[in-house]
Amino acid sequence: MSIFIDNDTRVIVQGITGRDGSFHAKQMLDYGTCVVAGVTPGKGGQRFDDRVPIFDTMADAVAESKANTSVIYVPPAFAADAIMEAADAGIALIVCITEGVPVLDMTRVYRYVKEKGARLIGPNCPGLITPGKSKVGIIPGNICTPGPVGVVSRSGTLTYEVVYQLTRAGIGQTTCVGIGGDPINGTNFIDCLAAFEKDPETKAVALMGEIGGNDEQDAAVFIKENMSKPVVGFIAGRTAPPGRRMGHAGAIISGSAGTAAEKIEAFKTAGMGIAERPAEFVKLIRERM
Amino acid sequence: MNIHEYQAKDIFRRHGIPVPPGEVASTPEEAEQIARQYGGTVVVKAQVHAGGRGKAGGVKLAKTPAEAKSLASQILGMRIKDLPVQRVLVTPAADIATEAYVGIVVDRASKRAVFMVSPAGGIDIEEVAAKTPDKIMRLAVDPAFGLLPFEAMRLGFFLYDDVKKVRAAARIMEQLYAAFVDVGASLAEINPLVTTPAGDVLALDAKIVVDDNELARRPDLAALRDESAEAPSEVSARRAGLTFVKLDGNVGCVVNGAGLAMATMDLVKYYGGEPANFLDIGGSSNPEKVVNALRIITADPNVKAILFNIFGGITRTDDVANGIVTATKTNPLKVPIVIRLTGTNEEIALQILEKNGFSAMTDMDSAVQKAVQLATGGKAA
Repeated sequence: MSIFIDNDTRVIVQGITGRDGSFHAKQMLDYGTCVVAGVTPGKGGQRFDDRVPIFDTMADAVAESKANTSVIYVPPAFAADAIMEAADAGIALIVCITEGVPVLDMTRVYRYVKEKGARLIGPNCPGLITPGKSKVGIIPGNICTPGPVGVVSRSGTLTYEVVYQLTRAGIGQTTCVGIGGDPINGTNFIDCLAAFEKDPETKAVALMGEIGGNDEQDAAVFIKENMSKPVVGFIAGRTAPPGRRMGHAGAIISGSAGTAAEKIEAFKTAGMGIAERPAEFVKLIRERM
Repeated sequence: MNIHEYQAKDIFRRHGIPVPPGEVASTPEEAEQIARQYGGTVVVKAQVHAGGRGKAGGVKLAKTPAEAKSLASQILGMRIKDLPVQRVLVTPAADIATEAYVGIVVDRASKRAVFMVSPAGGIDIEEVAAKTPDKIMRLAVDPAFGLLPFEAMRLGFFLYDDVKKVRAAARIMEQLYAAFVDVGASLAEINPLVTTPAGDVLALDAKIVVDDNELARRPDLAALRDESAEAPSEVSARRAGLTFVKLDGNVGCVVNGAGLAMATMDLVKYYGGEPANFLDIGGSSNPEKVVNALRIITADPNVKAILFNIFGGITRTDDVANGIVTATKTNPLKVPIVIRLTGTNEEIALQILEKNGFSAMTDMDSAVQKAVQLATGGKAA
């Protein structure tokens, strides 16, 4: 099984002819993802890589391709609009890779997408991958392998680091989801944990959080009250100074809120396994599975 | 991005919020001139990106232009929270009857802009929230509709009983929200919002924090940045397109990815070292970024060892290797470097490094331990 994406996922790439869009569309296709269309206004009628039809608008693309998913590689100033266009066209799962989307744009986007009944993952995320079946985003396929562990993270390369170690230890993944590093995003830890709890193939979850916000603390409460499967967590940013944005727009300690210590304490209260270092995930997952 | 009180007040004025007049002075003579223009008592206010200016002696009343000049000369050149005061705002003193607090912040939990208002103004709002939370009213704004007039009135009635003041405050709330949205702020604050004995309602102070993500599409706002408030290395890094935060330690770090960069800093500390910085060179494989990263890090005299931690997914590790070789040929390193590369084109990268006299590791923990050892002269745990 898996969560959110699988063999039935049919993907439109928004921004398919741009530098990042074209590179990653090719990577997705090579991985075996079902990329059914691309959208770049003005390039409708052309084909990408000789195999994927390009359309001017999401409405056209969805009508023709019956896609259910879209992935967005569009510059920050246009990303909010691209997300809303996808939701309006009836896309059920929208994955926005773009970093730098203005936060106020996201307050509007979140409301719009919710009203349309779509799920947004991101922005500022690497997307998600169900190894062996579908890759929607930029997570390298060659570090993943199918298996029983669900992975959810706010990070990109930190996720790859952990997944790579799990794969090399023979511990494969059901689905790896990058929820992204922004303060306002479409899908949070609880959304993914609830899905992993329902997924019969997921036997344990690896969770990578970081400073800023309350998502990990809320997740810990959810885990304690609702999850039967073991969860191992890690928090990046123990040494981050307060008040500074550590790369990710959402990685900022506000006053005393959102510290690593607070999140780790919440993990402890929930009875979660706590990795002190990324390298400890393999041992802790193995022990608890 | 922080902006100064005088810049925030300009923005407030543009949106019709009643703000006392004021002008900026960078010299005591200018302050004297401005005070003379206004006549009467003025307030001389340090313009720095720090709270607690009053407590630090950066906000003073001046009864005469001569006093304004002497106070300005004291305040200019002060350091408040280690930030240099390069400008003061000179503004006529207002007669204050009451002080309230009005602020808008983007709330992560509700994913909306949220108003916070309190009749307990002029003091630290976090203190009010902690000690007397019932003195704060919160209201989340639906982004599709903005602040509705009846919502603004509800907030106004929480602050005042006199309906004239309520209406004036409600109008200010609407204008503040408009300003907030217009500049793409993460925070907009009036503390204190005062009433005068004559019954006027005005904003005596102004604070705006602009969302960094707005700056790319708003060069007019980006131009408000005060670089004197930042460490030179951070200014340099931003210009080079690097995400960089200066810290105090001795292990300089170059990492791709913010989460991995934070985890690397943490790991340095775990193994007994102290990170000198946070630096994310991002996903692109541009060797120019590597060159710039090394330039900025090696300029820090505290750095005793450099650690590269690169997980190459999209990032090609051989590009990073070439970057390191190029950078060190032009600027030979005076401190030892530990390189950890894993991922795309790993074998090619390792060959490139070996050929140029560098060695690289593929394990993150070993690399961090080695870097800490080298930085502390072998005294680390």
